[in-house]
Amino acid sequence: MLLELDGIGKSYPGVRALDDVSLNLTAGEVLGLVGENGAGKSTLMKVLGGVVRPDAGRIRLHGRDFPALTVAEAGAQGVAFVHQELSVFDNLDVAANVLMGREPVIGNRLWGGPLRLVDRRAARAQVAPLLARLGADFGPEAPVATLSIAQRQMVEIARALSMRARIIILDEPTSSLTLSETDRLLAAIAALRAAGTGIIYISHRLGEITTCADRVTCLRDGRVVGHLARGEINHATMTRLMIGRDLKSLYTPPATAPREAGGLSIEGLVTEAFPDRSIDLALRPGEILGLAGLVGAGRTSLARALFGVEPALAGRISLGGEELRIRNPREAIARGIYLVPEDRKRSGLVLDMSIAENVSLPDLPGHARAGLVRGASEAKAAEAQRQSLRIRAPGVAVNAGTLSGGNQQKVVLGKWLAMRPRALIFDEPTRGVDVGAKGEIYALMRGLADRGVAVLMISSDMEEVIGVSDRVAVMHEGRIAGMLERAEVDEPNILRLATGQQPERHMATAEAV
Amino acid sequence: MGRKELGLAVLIVAIAAITAALNPQFLSTVNLMNMANLIGLFGIFSIGQGLIIITGGIDLSVGSIFALLGVVFLDLTANMGVAWPIALMVVLALGLVMGLVHGLLVTRLGLQPFVVTLCGLLIYRGAARYYTGDSTIGLGYAEGLDGLAWLAAGRSFGVPHSFLALIVVALVMGVVLHRSVFGRYLFAVGRNEEAARYSGIRTGAVVTGAYVLGGLLAAFSTILLVFYTSSVSPSSFGNFYELYAIAAAVLGGCSLRGGEGSVLGIVLGTVLLQILQNLVNILGIPSSLNFAVMGGVILIGALADRQLAQRRSAPAPVKGAVAAAE
Repeated sequence: MLLELDGIGKSYPGVRALDDVSLNLTAGEVLGLVGENGAGKSTLMKVLGGVVRPDAGRIRLHGRDFPALTVAEAGAQGVAFVHQELSVFDNLDVAANVLMGREPVIGNRLWGGPLRLVDRRAARAQVAPLLARLGADFGPEAPVATLSIAQRQMVEIARALSMRARIIILDEPTSSLTLSETDRLLAAIAALRAAGTGIIYISHRLGEITTCADRVTCLRDGRVVGHLARGEINHATMTRLMIGRDLKSLYTPPATAPREAGGLSIEGLVTEAFPDRSIDLALRPGEILGLAGLVGAGRTSLARALFGVEPALAGRISLGGEELRIRNPREAIARGIYLVPEDRKRSGLVLDMSIAENVSLPDLPGHARAGLVRGASEAKAAEAQRQSLRIRAPGVAVNAGTLSGGNQQKVVLGKWLAMRPRALIFDEPTRGVDVGAKGEIYALMRGLADRGVAVLMISSDMEEVIGVSDRVAVMHEGRIAGMLERAEVDEPNILRLATGQQPERHMATAEAV
Repeated sequence: MGRKELGLAVLIVAIAAITAALNPQFLSTVNLMNMANLIGLFGIFSIGQGLIIITGGIDLSVGSIFALLGVVFLDLTANMGVAWPIALMVVLALGLVMGLVHGLLVTRLGLQPFVVTLCGLLIYRGAARYYTGDSTIGLGYAEGLDGLAWLAAGRSFGVPHSFLALIVVALVMGVVLHRSVFGRYLFAVGRNEEAARYSGIRTGAVVTGAYVLGGLLAAFSTILLVFYTSSVSPSSFGNFYELYAIAAAVLGGCSLRGGEGSVLGIVLGTVLLQILQNLVNILGIPSSLNFAVMGGVILIGALADRQLAQRRSAPAPVKGAVAAAE
């Protein structure tokens, strides 16, 4: 047994963050840890990492008991983290990142000593075999700035390996990865497991847990609400444990059929990312069009062009038959084209401002008289959004930064719903959002479409794309590789198009067209 | 009044009380009005500096603007006999243009505010010295300046006009910063420029606006300062004044990261700095220690603020815990 947690408890004033949590991990197994946001997963992992000191229970690592760990002890006992938010130094190369804090020093009498010069050659020699073990496609001398997020994750795992980690904790490792990258990560995990490492895998993506976990432990409100053995792991059992009831359906079906005319039409659009490709796409009012594809396929560039963040180099954008010139977000917003951006903390919200101030930001002159902001008008508009979106906050005066991911996303939505949307672009709408709030956001998207708004949803979450979209456009290397009607939307077809192949045409296609 | 402003006010009262106890001359009308005059002179351009700091920028060129605009104003009036309203307009327009240029260099060309205004500091100082051949220009016996002299350096009911001007500027800028759409945009852009742009705000125009206001307030201060000193020696006039302004803004709660600060705080910061200066004089501390006293108090203030912020967040780990658990 690598690790046993026995009766771990942790209280903060007013909150019982962890209550009698017990779990164990043996060498060579993957334990899936699931639970909604706020269930206590992160606190539990902080206990394991020595960041948070538990006030009850016992941690047994390799047969040794600890009432609490320090960060140094956790490291010495072979516990390593691969963090949700990557903590690599992108101004250094791979070897420097992997060996950070443990750099080999030139041993030569002339050059060693007080200068402690880094032995770059030795560092690379140490790191290269670790990368090979993970099947990485880059070398130790590669600058981290040139690596993709998936590759940076490999760097973090290599760092864990270099510390001879016997327990590796992966916290939401795939939230920014494409499908093929996820597959590669899962393969690396399988290799680690085969080598006898114990892995705790935390993810909201239940499909991955089903694929890779040997056992699952589920937390809810700081308690363990169930363990699942290999054969019992599936979406339904995990969801039921996580939310404590059966989730009827995450997805709301459309109430009305989309209209044909009057939507957002894009012809020959050229973006900066792919100056030699052009995009044609028609978005009907009243439909949710999923935009799938690998990360880097040009989906976000398309969204940024439509919203005027990086104006298109060429091409025509028209809304309801009227041709638009969109040179900046201001012009897009004036026409009713809104974007719910991928990185809500950076581009969606001013975290230090209140909910009310965030909601009113795009329409502040509408809440002002003679250039002076009317606080009452702002508060009223924000309160209306808080209630209709069911934003869980004590009031609209609290800072947006204190809310959970799902509620922050609702505030971003509230900004736009308080105005008059005609086309709404969602870029990864449910990243870092828990299952319950996901369902609510899907229902809101559907509600918008039913009101005649044209909804474009960019997503790397395959279940989401398949479950939510009325049609799916798949991008590959800067162009639309294909359009799938409802009946032909399935994972193999999306994958084929996303990787530049042709989809299998079903009989249904002929009828749909 | 926020926590920072309140703390600053308490500190000001405490220092004033101690100084008054050591030397009752501190509370004499002459001394108080003298201080009010200096507070007025320094407060106005500190507010301009504060606006720029709230956008996440900085203006190092203020002192050199005083020298350049000062010699221009005196040359126009005392040497060329231009009527003062025209000279005043020229100076204000020049301040506005300088601010505009700084703002455009920062927003359009993407240069760092520190670099842009550092170049301003060097260029304007050099231009001022070249303009007069490095010699001092005095007010002399210039004709027809009496009206402006009274407006800029006179007193009503014993209160210096510079102090009254500060009150007016502070009230106007307070409303602009804390109540207007532009003010809200300043805070939003200073705190998260990208989110502001994604909300349809013309972030470049907002930032440029702050530099323009800063330039205008600096130009306005130039006039007051010229009548305070009655002459401009281009190599020393206004030296280090940008640092007084930055110190006042920082003491008053402006964060150099942007998005934080208040007009009241900046005014209180100016008050504290001037009391410290006065205290050095009135308590017979060697005036060579002037800067050291100022630096020491700012450092202590920053440390105290840090401690208070930590203590404030410490007894409320609930919030932290919830955030961590999510």
